[in-house]
Amino acid sequence: MAVDRSDIAKLAVLARIAISDDAADEVANRISTVLALVDQLQAVNTDGVLPMAHPLDAVQRLRADVVTEPNQRELFQSIAPAVQDGLYLVPQVIE
Amino acid sequence: MHQLTIAELVKGLRNKDFSSVEVTQHYLDRIARLDKVYNSYITTTPALALAQASAADKRLAAGNTPALCGVPIAHKDIFCTMGVRTSCASKMLDNFIAPYNATIVENYLDSGVVMLGKTNMDEFAMGSSNETSYYGPVKNPWATDCVPGGSSGGSAAAVAAHLAPAATASDTGGSIRQPAAHCGLTGIKPTYGRVSRWGMIAFASSLDQAGILSRTAEDAAILLNDMASYDTKDSTSVERDVPNYTATLNDSLKGLRIGVPKEYFGEGLNPETAAHVEAAIKVYESLGATIHSISLPHTNLSVPAYYVIAPAECSANLSRLDGVRYGHRCENPKDLNDLYMRSRSEGFGDEVKRRILVGAYALSAGYYDAYYSKAQKVRRLIKQDFVDAFQSVDVILGPTSPSPAFQFGSKSKDPVAMYLEDIYTIATNLAGLPGLSIPCGFVENKPVGLQLIGNFFAEAQLLNAAHQFQQATNFHQQTAPGIE
Repeated sequence: MAVDRSDIAKLAVLARIAISDDAADEVANRISTVLALVDQLQAVNTDGVLPMAHPLDAVQRLRADVVTEPNQRELFQSIAPAVQDGLYLVPQVIE
Repeated sequence: MHQLTIAELVKGLRNKDFSSVEVTQHYLDRIARLDKVYNSYITTTPALALAQASAADKRLAAGNTPALCGVPIAHKDIFCTMGVRTSCASKMLDNFIAPYNATIVENYLDSGVVMLGKTNMDEFAMGSSNETSYYGPVKNPWATDCVPGGSSGGSAAAVAAHLAPAATASDTGGSIRQPAAHCGLTGIKPTYGRVSRWGMIAFASSLDQAGILSRTAEDAAILLNDMASYDTKDSTSVERDVPNYTATLNDSLKGLRIGVPKEYFGEGLNPETAAHVEAAIKVYESLGATIHSISLPHTNLSVPAYYVIAPAECSANLSRLDGVRYGHRCENPKDLNDLYMRSRSEGFGDEVKRRILVGAYALSAGYYDAYYSKAQKVRRLIKQDFVDAFQSVDVILGPTSPSPAFQFGSKSKDPVAMYLEDIYTIATNLAGLPGLSIPCGFVENKPVGLQLIGNFFAEAQLLNAAHQFQQATNFHQQTAPGIE
């Protein structure tokens, strides 16, 4: 399936990636090339085949409900772009 | 000293022929002098390396140390290293100082392994040529106008140029084996779940697996012994004992059943590459293996399935990079959405953006069943091909890449041409199987890789088969021209 400029605009919002007007056609072309490649999948009969998420069909492990991690807030926030009083700062969201 | 293999370094350190500080300093000097040409390292860590080497020398003097104590290696810049920049070759993480160590980094620290630095790669491991790195492309030591392969191109070039005796790497669709092929090295991608993914920056979580780039299969076996572990911090790690991979290297190959898939020798394969792989088959016959023609009928669907699954998982994994908690943040965001949009748009390169957009498309409402779910079903068919083949053979053999290393820029305009570079390696990741590449000849003075694929957890068997080939041939002992 081919995508056009308007599809790219929608995807850009979903992915939170800005695509400039100048680049939109080229991005649409390149992505359409990839989608043409993956469209080969549509011709395959997969009736009755279960989707495979893990090569060994493993399931999520469970562990005892006990605390295993110490609090490392200061260490983790030392690499943040902006923090104050132990909180991450972002532009104002609520008026 | 830089001619020595890991096995020889282990022996020399134990015999006190040289100290870890001497070996480490020797490599640091070479990197400082020669890496301007190759660009194989993003970050070197000389002070840390010498401190680790000095500590290793003390442990060696005290005796009873792990085998690898004092051996220097390089880590791909996808593995978190505490206190050291871990960039994943992206502007997004150019300022990211990892606050913890990846499990494999920790495993090697426990063994006394010294880290020389962090190697260059395709941005977020998305590429087959190392051309997408924010820090510039890596040059192939065998032909500096050609790519080293990717995404672990820096690790491969560093080892091929003798700027590290070996390096860690990761493989999501061929990112260890294809650079190994293009740089004349041994590269192993273990079974999915054999090596912990904790602290390895995620690209496509159901496909990513860490492994080794080294000069010999014996070195890969020594290094894998300490890299592999069961890790409760990685929920997909497999609880299973790690065998001693060096113990079976010298086993005879008499009676080994090798399957040769006809689909790996079709259109698109360079005829000279094919001739070297055919010659390698003869070597295996002379070593007592039996050769069987097999079929993996869904091979042609592996690239399409991969380019749905990998972008879908990457779009989910990379959503965490939003400019809030770490990584690149844009200047003066006007609101929260602007902060996300501009931080991500400025931080990611073109190929990463393209894959995120394809992934967002494949996962979006109305398309999920047609793309993602369909690809996951095809993935099971691809795995079943291997399960069926391993009923009658022990190891599968074929080329690693369709042709030798290509020139810079020759495939970067056409994403699909680049994606087909991994046509023989991707199915192994989709199935979760271990795969390995070893050198088996030269075309236009550039190395050719031979791929061996094993059954689940058959790493020891693959390394045995690779080691026996290297006892009978000397392709792995060749050094790129101009390497001192």
